[in-house]
Amino acid sequence: MSRTVAALLRKELLVELRTLESVPGMALFAVSTFVVFHFALNRSTVDGDLAAGILWVTLLFAAMLGVNRLFVADADQGGFDGFLLAPVDRSAMLLAKVLTLLAYLAVLELVAVPAFALLLLAPPIGQALPDLLWVLALADLGVAVIGTLVAALAVRTRARDLLGPLLALPLLVPVVIGAARATSPLLTLTHPSGPAARWLLTLGLYDLVFGLIAYALFDFLLED
Amino acid sequence: MPGATEAVLQLDGLSRHYGEREALSGVSLTLERGHTLLVLGPNGAGKTTLLRVLATLLRPHGGSAQVLGHELPGEAWAVRGRIGLLGHEPLLYRELTARENLTYHARLHGVGAERVQEMLEAVALTGRAAEPLRTLSRGMVQRVGVARAVLHDPELLLLDEPTSNLDPAAIELTAQLIGAQSGRTRVICSHDPARGLAEADLVLGLREGRAEVLAPAAAVREDQIAELYR
Repeated sequence: MSRTVAALLRKELLVELRTLESVPGMALFAVSTFVVFHFALNRSTVDGDLAAGILWVTLLFAAMLGVNRLFVADADQGGFDGFLLAPVDRSAMLLAKVLTLLAYLAVLELVAVPAFALLLLAPPIGQALPDLLWVLALADLGVAVIGTLVAALAVRTRARDLLGPLLALPLLVPVVIGAARATSPLLTLTHPSGPAARWLLTLGLYDLVFGLIAYALFDFLLED
Repeated sequence: MPGATEAVLQLDGLSRHYGEREALSGVSLTLERGHTLLVLGPNGAGKTTLLRVLATLLRPHGGSAQVLGHELPGEAWAVRGRIGLLGHEPLLYRELTARENLTYHARLHGVGAERVQEMLEAVALTGRAAEPLRTLSRGMVQRVGVARAVLHDPELLLLDEPTSNLDPAAIELTAQLIGAQSGRTRVICSHDPARGLAEADLVLGLREGRAEVLAPAAAVREDQIAELYR
């Protein structure tokens, strides 16, 4: 299984490196959105709940761009059939796609978080960063698992560009709530504190539940 | 111990529909190991559907289909990896090179890197193996598709118009891999009865999903074939 996942992951990253169809668009979208917020709010800086909300809503919508393109090369170029003809565990594709999306999100956040700190955030990001990394990791896992599940469902339909976000956004609302609530205390100007443990726990449980659902359903999504 | 007359395909009343439309209806046949089945029929006759069912990519909706001694779809897992499919699409990624594509499929099938090199040499593409497929001609991509289909040395080849996009030299080149001399059991869908009949042992003529002709190649008459396309 690990060899299959490695082969799939290598292929995914090679295709993205050659086409640059997902990650640059995601990063550009996030930075543009921060600029828009900067002017639309008519405030030079934000903190606390507002900062956490802006950060997570922006990351969520940027992630949707990657989710929508996750299976496009497979669907359009026969990659699904090529994979289904191989004597391998089909869960390998789920795992490889989740890892691919996680890699996209990590690159996105490498660009988006510093841009957010530079364009909008009032408190210095350095102090919040170690705790923020935990929140980012847990929320990214939820986005990656749910995004992969929904993308696999949507890609074989004619309205895949519409159906992906329509299905994913309601499922990802709890992730955004949990991530924003966990991030908010990290980004307060006065008395910043660590993330609330219950929101981290909520994110972790949500990831686990959807991980199990995705594992149970993914085979059926690939089948005729 | 597999014998010379071992059945590789056994179809009995095989059916498949798309919604209300019957794409395959009651197809029955037996194909022995090492033999070639030529599937003829006009567009929409059900040829591609038949290949996709045999490749385990589509579930049969009626009747039974035994491939390499295993019942579909229940034992499809046992058949995957023993089938080579070359369809209308080469099942390759345009942004990857020929070598990267073949290496990817080799890893999925647990095949070594030396086989990738062997296949690139067999389809005479070692010189262009490092170029993305989108920069290659359709004929070259088809040759990579042929290499991909036989990379894992499958027992059963399912070929849908395998010589489309290939020039005579490339047809000759790929014949060792997918032609009669490959010694594999083959199912070939074709619109070229003359070429197909020369290589076939058994002919299945489909029209609107039904088997209108099923006979040994030597016994098939020209008027039967002409009737299929009328």
